[in-house]
Amino acid sequence: MSTATEETALNALRGALGDEWVTEASATDRVGASRPKWVVHADGTERASTALRIAAEHGMSVVPRGGGSKLDRGESPERVDLLLDLSAADEVVEHAAGDLVVRAEAGTPLREVQRTVAEAGQQLSLEDPHPTATLGGVIATRSAGPCRYLHGGVRDLIIGITVVCADGTVASSGGKVVKNVAGYDLGKLFTGSYGTLGVVTEAIFRLHPLAEERRWVAVTLPDPRAAAEAARLFRVSRAMPTAVELDRPAGRAPITVCAELEGRSGVTGERAAELARSLGEELGRTCEVSGTAPEWWGRLPGEPGASAGIRMASRPSELVELLEGAGRVEDETGVALPLRGSAGLGVLDGGVPAGSSDESVAALVEGVRARAAALDGYTTVSWAPESVKRLVDVWGPVPSGALTLMRRTKDQFDPERRLAPGRFVGGL
Amino acid sequence: MESTEPAPPTREGTGADLDGCVELLRKLLPEESLITDRQRVRTYECDGLASYRTVPAAVVLPESTEQVRSAVAACSEHGVPFVARGSGTGLSAGALPRADGVLIVISKMRRILELDIANERAVVEPGVINLDVTKAAEPYGYYFAPDPSSQQVCSVGGNVAENSGGAHCLKYGFTTNHVLAVQVVTADGELVELGGAVHEAPGYDLLGSFIGSEGTLGVVTSITVRLLRSPESVRTLLAGFPSTDEAGAAVSAIIAAGVTPAAVEMMDALSITAAEQAVRCGYPEGAGAVLIVELDGPHPEVERTFTEVWQHCDGHGAFEIRTAADETERALIWKGRKSAFAAVGRISRDYIVQDGVIPRTALPEVLRRIAELSAESGVRVANVFHAGDGNLHPLVLFDGSEPGAAERAEEVSGAILELCVEQGGSITGEHGVGADKVRYMGRMFTAEDLDVMQCVRCAFDPGGLCNPGKVFPTPRLCGETPGRRRGVHPLTEAGLAEQF
Repeated sequence: MSTATEETALNALRGALGDEWVTEASATDRVGASRPKWVVHADGTERASTALRIAAEHGMSVVPRGGGSKLDRGESPERVDLLLDLSAADEVVEHAAGDLVVRAEAGTPLREVQRTVAEAGQQLSLEDPHPTATLGGVIATRSAGPCRYLHGGVRDLIIGITVVCADGTVASSGGKVVKNVAGYDLGKLFTGSYGTLGVVTEAIFRLHPLAEERRWVAVTLPDPRAAAEAARLFRVSRAMPTAVELDRPAGRAPITVCAELEGRSGVTGERAAELARSLGEELGRTCEVSGTAPEWWGRLPGEPGASAGIRMASRPSELVELLEGAGRVEDETGVALPLRGSAGLGVLDGGVPAGSSDESVAALVEGVRARAAALDGYTTVSWAPESVKRLVDVWGPVPSGALTLMRRTKDQFDPERRLAPGRFVGGL
Repeated sequence: MESTEPAPPTREGTGADLDGCVELLRKLLPEESLITDRQRVRTYECDGLASYRTVPAAVVLPESTEQVRSAVAACSEHGVPFVARGSGTGLSAGALPRADGVLIVISKMRRILELDIANERAVVEPGVINLDVTKAAEPYGYYFAPDPSSQQVCSVGGNVAENSGGAHCLKYGFTTNHVLAVQVVTADGELVELGGAVHEAPGYDLLGSFIGSEGTLGVVTSITVRLLRSPESVRTLLAGFPSTDEAGAAVSAIIAAGVTPAAVEMMDALSITAAEQAVRCGYPEGAGAVLIVELDGPHPEVERTFTEVWQHCDGHGAFEIRTAADETERALIWKGRKSAFAAVGRISRDYIVQDGVIPRTALPEVLRRIAELSAESGVRVANVFHAGDGNLHPLVLFDGSEPGAAERAEEVSGAILELCVEQGGSITGEHGVGADKVRYMGRMFTAEDLDVMQCVRCAFDPGGLCNPGKVFPTPRLCGETPGRRRGVHPLTEAGLAEQF
């Protein structure tokens, strides 16, 4: 790499975008172990397209950033020349309340989207534990909270998307109507792709009415078997819970299983009381009904203070094996692992307490991974210090047939591997 | 309408050896699974959209995943295009065969492989009929939500190909929201699983782009579908309004009040007349529009919102409101709607079933403009649609024996689609693009949009053998991505820049 080349690239960027849109990167702009050279700010699709076109012309690698809350997710990219900061692309472009649809730029904070649509009594049924999370980041990392149990995740709510490809080409798929089957669904493909296929600059989501009333029905049980049974009963009830979550503080601690109900004022409480009564009878326990969510609801386990986050999953019916397996690995490694997550979907997050050695965290991941794999499930490292990532594969194995297609997909969208190279599964 | 043979796309067929392919198919498949007799293959010359007809060179009727692999592998080896077909109920010529290709008919693959009630899912072969999934799950208190109007005959594999929805999409989403995994034979004959048994597994969401790809990315051999708990309570209401304006206003009021019905269907005067003549559904006499609203969910919730819906209909001019007291009455309410397409055959010798989508709030304007188009052209249009999600199904009526009538109907039908795109909608909500709407894709998407979508096609099917000529107007050749370069950049080559 020559300084002259860098200067040529920098001049091209500044010339096309304006000096104020290109800055030197600082230590806080780090992406994992990589420190970018420059931060390019984009206030929308056009500027992002220009930045990517120039980056392509100069062979620069690019990682997009919104609020930065999940920039450390995934493996460290092999190289990052430009950090493409989209936080200035923060407009809710259109809220068609009558059509239950919202269109917003990728850098718009999720909170802002929620605030806007709530004015018309609506909600985007996505939750993110990070207050600074932006729409683009939520899409890229497929982040969603408890209510994905009923409403589905990001992929199920996204109906249109605008992306900028590695060479600066701008493309859209879907649109602003809920029912639409014209063309390939790029919105789903880009959901959870961690910035490795292109840069999302705008998205359109379907909305739901904001519930008039919410109730939480919770029961605390002594062991995984009883907790898994409670989760099953919540699932099969006809109360239509929005979420079925679980919280196990650490080790052999009692497990709380809690379902959320949403609906019209007056009748949701009635539904919750009935659910608590019938479940209590079946479990031989008292189920509590509350008008407020438990304090742990929708927050990552072990936080604040956790040094690493992991996610494990199995089929919902194998929740008990997943919980027991995690317990055994805790015993083997001596690392406590508070667990929380969607018991209804069979997806749990774990928070590794601060102070655990890198080796023990790696051993914990490998141990849980082996047990989840035996259940056809998976374990991923949500976030961890670089020193841990060096010891363990963040993503774990992906079935070879699907991985081959994923590689071919990456080759098509980003043939030069310049978009967050190496950040995603299988080194993509 | 005349038979149409779409122009052969640019790439496929290059170096194709049809005779060699058929010879190999004979070796790989049991005798009864391969049809080459000209008269017998003619049975498969079209799907539900009979105005497009092409006789396939050969038809394969596999009974297993392995036989599908053999069929695709033979096509791949000899460069022969292939098209997969389920029950053939598609209405956009998505399963239209190729004269130079093989048609793979999966209707013999109709076993429900697993009913996993503990995990609320079922694994089915692609030829399983949509309604049969619900029938199998019903005794356990579950059902399969996607319910196209053709659910008694359409296959789940076809639903996956078309991402076809039905009346309950507004609340419950589309096929894509109810499929957890598919096993696919890709164009090179490999068997791959997309999605999986466990939620939110890492990796690109290839399943998401596969569903609704209209058979252009591979042939499905098994499908894992999500089953939903049967609702505790279902209430259905039929309301008669003087015109579609009042009915539309009632729908707006229902949505604005935060109610999400399981279904909201609307029919206009002409479609009501047709349905009455055909099935005597007894809809309110003199109605300019009827609304069918169905609510489902937990009992107290349904009762409460049902009252609200009744009030909104009453407050917006409904002159008659009926509620279904039992399953028989509910079926009667739905009878007219479900038979509407066929019923139109009673009042018109020929008709085109159009499938466009608009933002729901544009409904009054779009209906007015459809009426204007109809008046100007003298072509009658009956409107039957999913009012909750803006999915229109205008039925454009004509008499094929009258010179020029089919062309005029085509024009009106196309103008309605233009109207949908102009309003920010879509050219298809559930029937697909197929061969029929290829020419409209460019109105909805830019050349760049379509090129980028082709990246997906090239990843799955670089040879362009899988259902070619459908969905996309003029697919580029893989490796010729416009604006996307490979190898050393010219600036680098010229010594003007370095890659870093």
